[in-house]
Amino acid sequence: MHTDTGSIRFIMNGEDIALRHVPPTGTLLDWLRLSRRLTGTKEGCAEGDCGACTVLVGRVVEGRLAYESVNACIRLLGSMNATHVVTVEHLAGADGVLHPVQQAMVDYHGSQCGFCTPGFVMSLYGLWLADPAPGRARIEKALQGNLCRCTGYEPIVRAAEAIAAARPSAVFDPIERTRAAVLAKLTAMAPAETIRISEGDGRVIVPASLDDLAGILAEEPKATVVAGSTDVGLWVTKQFRDLNPVVFINHLTELQSIEETADGVRIGAGVTYSQAFDALCRMISPLRPLIDRIGGEQVRNMGTIGGNIANGSPIGDTPPPLIALGATLTLRSKDGRRDLPLESYFIDYGKQDRRAHEFVESFYVPALPANTHFAVYKITKRRDEDISALCGAFRITLSPDGTVTDARLCFGGMAGTPKRASNVEAALIGKPWTEATIDAARTAFDADYKPLTDWRATADYRMLTAKNLLTRFYLETSGEIAQVRRFEEVA
Amino acid sequence: MDQSTFEDRKTISAPMHASLRHDSAHKHVTGTADYIDDMPEPEGTLHAALGMSDRAHADILSVDLSAVKAYPGVVLVLTGADMPGVNDISPSGCHDEPVLAEGKVEFHGQAIFCVIAETRDSARRAARLAKIDYRDLPHWTDVTDTLAHGAALVTEPLTLKRGDAEAALETAPHRLKGQMRVGGQDHFYLEGHIALAIPGEDDEVTVWSSTQHPSEVQHMVGHVLGVPSNAVTVQVRRMGGGFGGKETQSNQFAALAAVSAKKLNRAVKFRPDRDEDMTATGKRHDFLIDYEAGYDDEGRIQAVKANYAARCGYSSDLSGPVTDRALFHADNAYFYPHVLLTSQPLKTHTVSNTAFRGFGGPQGLVGGERIIEEIAYALGKDPLEIRKANFYGLPGSDRVLTPYHQTVEDNIIHRIVDELETSSNYQARRQEILAFNETSRVIRKGIALTPVKFGISFTATWYNQAGALVHVYQDGSIHLNHGGTEMGQGLFTKVAQVLADAFQVDISRVKITATTTAKVPNTSATAASSGSDLNGMAAYDAARQIKQRLVAFAVEKWGVAPEDVAFVPHHVRVGDALIPFADFVKQAYMARVQLSAAGFYKTPKIHWDRAKGMGTPFYYFAYGASVSEVSIDTLTGEYLVDRVDILHDVGRSLNPAIDKGQVEGAFVQGMGWLTTEELWWDGKGRLRTHAPSTYKIPLASDRPKIFNVKLAEWAEAAEPTIGRSKAVGEPPFMLAVSVLEALSMAVASTAGYCQCPKLDAPATPERVLMAIERLKARKEG
Repeated sequence: MHTDTGSIRFIMNGEDIALRHVPPTGTLLDWLRLSRRLTGTKEGCAEGDCGACTVLVGRVVEGRLAYESVNACIRLLGSMNATHVVTVEHLAGADGVLHPVQQAMVDYHGSQCGFCTPGFVMSLYGLWLADPAPGRARIEKALQGNLCRCTGYEPIVRAAEAIAAARPSAVFDPIERTRAAVLAKLTAMAPAETIRISEGDGRVIVPASLDDLAGILAEEPKATVVAGSTDVGLWVTKQFRDLNPVVFINHLTELQSIEETADGVRIGAGVTYSQAFDALCRMISPLRPLIDRIGGEQVRNMGTIGGNIANGSPIGDTPPPLIALGATLTLRSKDGRRDLPLESYFIDYGKQDRRAHEFVESFYVPALPANTHFAVYKITKRRDEDISALCGAFRITLSPDGTVTDARLCFGGMAGTPKRASNVEAALIGKPWTEATIDAARTAFDADYKPLTDWRATADYRMLTAKNLLTRFYLETSGEIAQVRRFEEVA
Repeated sequence: MDQSTFEDRKTISAPMHASLRHDSAHKHVTGTADYIDDMPEPEGTLHAALGMSDRAHADILSVDLSAVKAYPGVVLVLTGADMPGVNDISPSGCHDEPVLAEGKVEFHGQAIFCVIAETRDSARRAARLAKIDYRDLPHWTDVTDTLAHGAALVTEPLTLKRGDAEAALETAPHRLKGQMRVGGQDHFYLEGHIALAIPGEDDEVTVWSSTQHPSEVQHMVGHVLGVPSNAVTVQVRRMGGGFGGKETQSNQFAALAAVSAKKLNRAVKFRPDRDEDMTATGKRHDFLIDYEAGYDDEGRIQAVKANYAARCGYSSDLSGPVTDRALFHADNAYFYPHVLLTSQPLKTHTVSNTAFRGFGGPQGLVGGERIIEEIAYALGKDPLEIRKANFYGLPGSDRVLTPYHQTVEDNIIHRIVDELETSSNYQARRQEILAFNETSRVIRKGIALTPVKFGISFTATWYNQAGALVHVYQDGSIHLNHGGTEMGQGLFTKVAQVLADAFQVDISRVKITATTTAKVPNTSATAASSGSDLNGMAAYDAARQIKQRLVAFAVEKWGVAPEDVAFVPHHVRVGDALIPFADFVKQAYMARVQLSAAGFYKTPKIHWDRAKGMGTPFYYFAYGASVSEVSIDTLTGEYLVDRVDILHDVGRSLNPAIDKGQVEGAFVQGMGWLTTEELWWDGKGRLRTHAPSTYKIPLASDRPKIFNVKLAEWAEAAEPTIGRSKAVGEPPFMLAVSVLEALSMAVASTAGYCQCPKLDAPATPERVLMAIERLKARKEG
């Protein structure tokens, strides 16, 4: 049995914090509201979907201090080490002068009932720090994780456009003013040795390195490994699961590497969606519209593709395209590494090929072969920040004469796991890439999938749409416009 | 910044008709606007959680709460038998809504017991540990099932009848018959329900409640505690959204907090989790509408017969007036020469549905618009042409009588629609869209212009009253209190403007204070869009009384005629002298003038005989129209709202910035109702869309890509309303019907516009795609 070592150290607004008492499932939001009485940050849903609890979290990424919006309601307190938490209370000047972001929301009538407003202010603040001149597409993307029921959003978007004129300056912006000092402090807070905290029966473990993590998991078969907590957070707030011990890995720089080569890209399991975005889309640009529609900005700033894979959900959005692309997974344990094709990781509903002491270390996505078309389509009730009814990924390779030489199709939401459409693939391979081939191949979906009916879609809709997405894919490879786009491209 | 386009009197800040920001805007953006959960808790505050049924309909055989009681931190567990007064919070007096279910449960999620514990987490965890034995009974959650199982009602249905619809249907040149399904809607106020009860001396208790109806919470708490209303004080400074969801649904949480607070003599806070809130509280009613219409070659309606069957849930709540209002708006802006409308408020094994912005009106209206659409497709015409042919006539015409025998006297729909048709370039854009659809294979577009006429007043006539309490202090500062509640709609700002205007002082002199039953009694719910109409007038009346006394004081003191005393910006003019307001007030105080008044207002002219289905239930009508353009993907049913143009009537706006915000917000909320917001129950009667992860309200990226919203600046209430303004909360919600119809047109394009797509709501991508498939099958078949 280990004794407690260290504490969770971070900065909250202007104050240095060191916590020796951290319940393993305690949330950042509860700590802010209940322990610190910082009530500007609200609880709207406790599941990371409404954004009323949005705060900024600054962390050191490759030597630089980056501030990102996150959902405090599902962010666990034990994951805050070496971060700077910025809440709405930090924005206005001591003299009561509003921050430009706040002033714009007032001037443009961006608040009505006001309950969602602090969350919007923080999301807009995060955008303001990151992008000097966001267009409407970028603004809407930054607000995907914030619900407002009163305004219809138009005044908020107008405020966001107006804010761009007032740039960050060290004079009045609380973050810019303290950037250098905070960077130095956070750098010093990185744990030199594993942090272990007991709170009653509960334990929080923050490993200092990947080797430590491997060792901890070998000793702790019941450990819950938490990176972004965008899924685990709900186990806590909605399911009351007692997680013990909880091992936090979000800070491990060894899991945050992105290695790009001409052949492919390797992405660490701790890389957030937001971070992975550029590298993945640089290599495979058709991924862009999908990644823009996973969760909201706060979830993309917290959640990791590694976690999206590791949790084995049949409706995770990244496995279908990664499987269609032929991605491989690297699992690691104290005994070493193990590579496997991503598709074979998903054994059955709720069952994955991962042993108790193993963790997902990274995944590798090969570049597209020559003469290959690729697309991924996500179908939801609401376009943004919604869980897929189905998600279909298509990769076909054509010979110079237009014959299909290879086909990899994978769907989420159509079975208990992300699953390839092997019958459809067989119906395509060796055939000319024509509408007649597509029409014939559509019937093969019936042999591949038996989708369910639930609140996201009926089985009939899922099946019909899966077939129609194949048609869409064909039409798009032929240069036709076959989907509605709000903006041509989202930066 | 949006500036008022109305008369701009830069004399005081800010009179009526000025675009003043929301009074709490600074506090909203800094996080310093306190909602109930943000208030400092009294020492020793306990927390409550509901124990809920996991059956849709069952006899309760036994309830074993031993594990609940044994859970660490649990202080008390309440059941229905523990209510000191009556175990009932039925707002309709039907005695059909227990605070906690006894003997049987009638929906999945119904509260059976309530846990009070030292922490909220303990209470919530303990609430899951009960062992309850049930005997299952048959359940039906939707309208169709209920109709097939005896169609029990929760309350008396309504019939509206004029002329002889049956006979006119027989003789009409054309006749149609159809059915439409319209889904419900969760309010999704961002601040969920919450109550904080603080016990007082003797039988007293103070409850902070997030409610639109403090007086009803007061009555219900008194009722459940078995104490008179004078023992209960209910307070609310602001809600984080209400939309009708806090008109009656706050009662349960307030009552349980109050009962446990009195039993334990400790403060008790009750804040349900979002999932519990969405599972245990009522929503907008879903409807199944059966309609028949007779019409001529021009599309002019000769007769309408329709039945509105509603999913009301297990108890009556407000379902009577909600289903009534559906019938009141089945005509929308159209004259029906012969009409027979019936409501069917069905009892279902679901949570009891309740008020929601529009209060049944939107569902009524959308059914009427479906009839217009059907006629248009049958005749091969633009639905707009059919609309114009059927509008109510202008005063003096023989086409002004509603199905409830009220004469439409203030009709401005022709001008609204004509102006919007021109400003939105509707005709040219429709032609472009028709041309686009000729050649586009996958993407299709649609456009629609739909009108709104909405009746303003509570149909429960006695609700149309309001009180206000105004104090002018010796230093000239003004304290404002009224019975209305602030839920984001800017009511407090508007009423403060009324006072600033009345006294001709800056609004900064007016302190807006929390609504409390102790200052203004017997108030009505802040609902039916009536907040500023009623409370604005009540505050105005209070100001009038104080001003009258002040004038009398001046007349006596300075020997001038009453007409020589005037309230002018920041001053009172007495004869030729200008006296600063504060000085004048001080002198009045020294002369022992009463500087406080209780104002009162009741809406004139209205009456309603429900049994006969005749009367004048509405003081006036609000009008508006919108044009929506959409694109759909015919392979997946996905769609975008490309552009929306709105022209809306708020009379002479009290605050154009706030009113425009109401119109924009209502439109997007209405659009959510008709597009992505879907309530879905499983076979066990469980609502499975009970959180934002599964229930999808619009996001910023769903709002119309181009969104042109204008208030009709020339409009003015025909009746002497406050500042000749009109109500704004609900009417613009129904402007979103143009989105549904534009989607429908895009669907219709796939079959040459010769069939009405009969697109039901919500028109999710799935419903859009399936409508396309239906048309395809009919075309091929």
